[in-house]
Amino acid sequence: MTIDTASAERAVAPAARAIEVVGGDLTEKSLRRYLEGIPGVDAVGLETRASALGTRSIKTTSKAWALDRIIELIDLTTLEGSDTPGKVRSLVAKALVPDAADPSTPRVAAVCVYGDMVPYAVEALGSAHAAGSHTGIQVAAVATAFPSGRASLAVKLADTKDAVAAGADEIDMVIDRGAFLSGRYGEVFDEIVAVKAACERDNGTFAHLKVILETGELNTYDNVRRASWLAILAGGDFIKTSTGKVSPAATLPTTLSMLEVVRDWHRLTGEKIGVKPAGGIRSSKDAIKHLVTVAETVGEDWLTPELFRFGASSLLNDVLLQRQKLRTGAYSGPAYVTVD
Amino acid sequence: MSRLTIPKTYKLYIGGKFPRSESGRVYEVATRGGDFLANAAKASRKDARDAVVAARSAVSGWAGTSGYNRGQVLYRIAELLEGRSAQFVAEIMRVEGASESAAVAQVDKAIDRWVWYAGWSDKYAQVTGSSNPVAGPYFNLSVPEPTGVVAIVAPQGEGSLLGFVGAVAPALVAGNTVIVLASERYPLSAISLSEVLATSDVPGGVVNILTGSPAEITPWLASHADVNALDLVGAGALEWVDLQIAAAETLKRVLPPEEGPDAAAPSLDRIAAFTETKTVWHTKGLL
Repeated sequence: MTIDTASAERAVAPAARAIEVVGGDLTEKSLRRYLEGIPGVDAVGLETRASALGTRSIKTTSKAWALDRIIELIDLTTLEGSDTPGKVRSLVAKALVPDAADPSTPRVAAVCVYGDMVPYAVEALGSAHAAGSHTGIQVAAVATAFPSGRASLAVKLADTKDAVAAGADEIDMVIDRGAFLSGRYGEVFDEIVAVKAACERDNGTFAHLKVILETGELNTYDNVRRASWLAILAGGDFIKTSTGKVSPAATLPTTLSMLEVVRDWHRLTGEKIGVKPAGGIRSSKDAIKHLVTVAETVGEDWLTPELFRFGASSLLNDVLLQRQKLRTGAYSGPAYVTVD
Repeated sequence: MSRLTIPKTYKLYIGGKFPRSESGRVYEVATRGGDFLANAAKASRKDARDAVVAARSAVSGWAGTSGYNRGQVLYRIAELLEGRSAQFVAEIMRVEGASESAAVAQVDKAIDRWVWYAGWSDKYAQVTGSSNPVAGPYFNLSVPEPTGVVAIVAPQGEGSLLGFVGAVAPALVAGNTVIVLASERYPLSAISLSEVLATSDVPGGVVNILTGSPAEITPWLASHADVNALDLVGAGALEWVDLQIAAAETLKRVLPPEEGPDAAAPSLDRIAAFTETKTVWHTKGLL
């Protein structure tokens, strides 16, 4: 194999974090040397650790706390080709009042929709829209040719700018898995940097950038770890497991390995990066396992909407059923929550 | 040469599968004389919850099957039961201490009971439904539809097979799915019947059988919001008034306990008890 030295020596776009960590001469080559120098993941150890964390028994008051916290961490999501403004409005209604029978139910962190649905979500939220603040419900938009990411950079940037202009507080971008898997890390890096730049609003603030790694297509834990580092180096505020369109989506070992990267980054720089497992988390039990994993890996500081989210749609109903069970003492049924 | 006996540990029957109790508990089933016979799973409230989920997901399929088809499936159970009648006779003799002739009579009656109810499956709607006279140019039709998920406390005394069949079959005829709490003392007939059901054409989740203590499990089913009806036919020894009160919280249909040899006697009323009447108006002019 011959390496195209011209492109390998090409300077990638400047990004503060990467320059600080990798060094001033940020090139495709130095980036690759850095990422490939990251020690591999002990897959057996990782899976054992994840399953051990999943056996923790959470009862009564802790469970009640966990269920409320899970709701506060949910990005309530609808990402279907058949989405309509009406569907988005009903999603927002559910985000505002998850359980009409119990006003003490907390609100979710955000609603997550396609870019063209952002105006409807913003309108439906009204005064409950966070709009840059930490109170209220955020609007997250998937961008950059979600879910495949197969489009030119210009299209991806236009997609992102469009969503930000429409009022999205958070952008969920997908990385170019094809480029990543064929070793063109610089290309992926440049793209994330460019999308981050496109997240800038007119007033100079930035929409939060979540970088979707699509771990189901990365094949190995080593790749997940490398992609996590890459996304953080390029300026991602959050790293997110999956689009939810590929199986397997968010598994506990994958989330654990990403949390480990976040922990290492925090130790290295003192900076806190968020993690968002998305897709495949449908039961309260699964979600509680994730909470335990977060608390045991990076610490309880991360159990806030600023640093941890669940990308989910059906999870909320299951949590509500569990909440109703705790409140009334009797098992509840699907007829007592909304049909989504 | 004498053989080592193989004492069995039976399992539950939930969603067409045979899981152990989530709690891991078992209890001893003894012969009439007090000798150890087998271990049966002692279901917990979480097993009951799982059974409700399985029963709920089976409702649309079973209720959507045509009455004729449901009849065929129920008749098939009778066929299989007939083929395995020797096993049921032997178990009833050991557990209930019945004579052979009494045990054979009970099994025969249970088979006949399946056949009798199977026959009703495409006929009960003609009897319980109606065409209503109304003052206007409309057809007005009332038809019975299944209530949904029915929790049943099977008769707890002797005659365990017949009591079980007599309680379960009528709920199935109309297209309901059931969660049955078997007789605590005589569970073997119900367990062996679950093996018959698993190899018949009954879809998984339509019949779910829990063994263990009805006194422990029934309150959870009575208060469960996703259970639509409660048949307390075998709950005479339980605090069944409390169970009715709990069931009323979520507007369940409830049948009261029955005692004696005529408990769960075959009747059209038992089928109709777990149906809801749907009435439709249809204009005559357009036809």
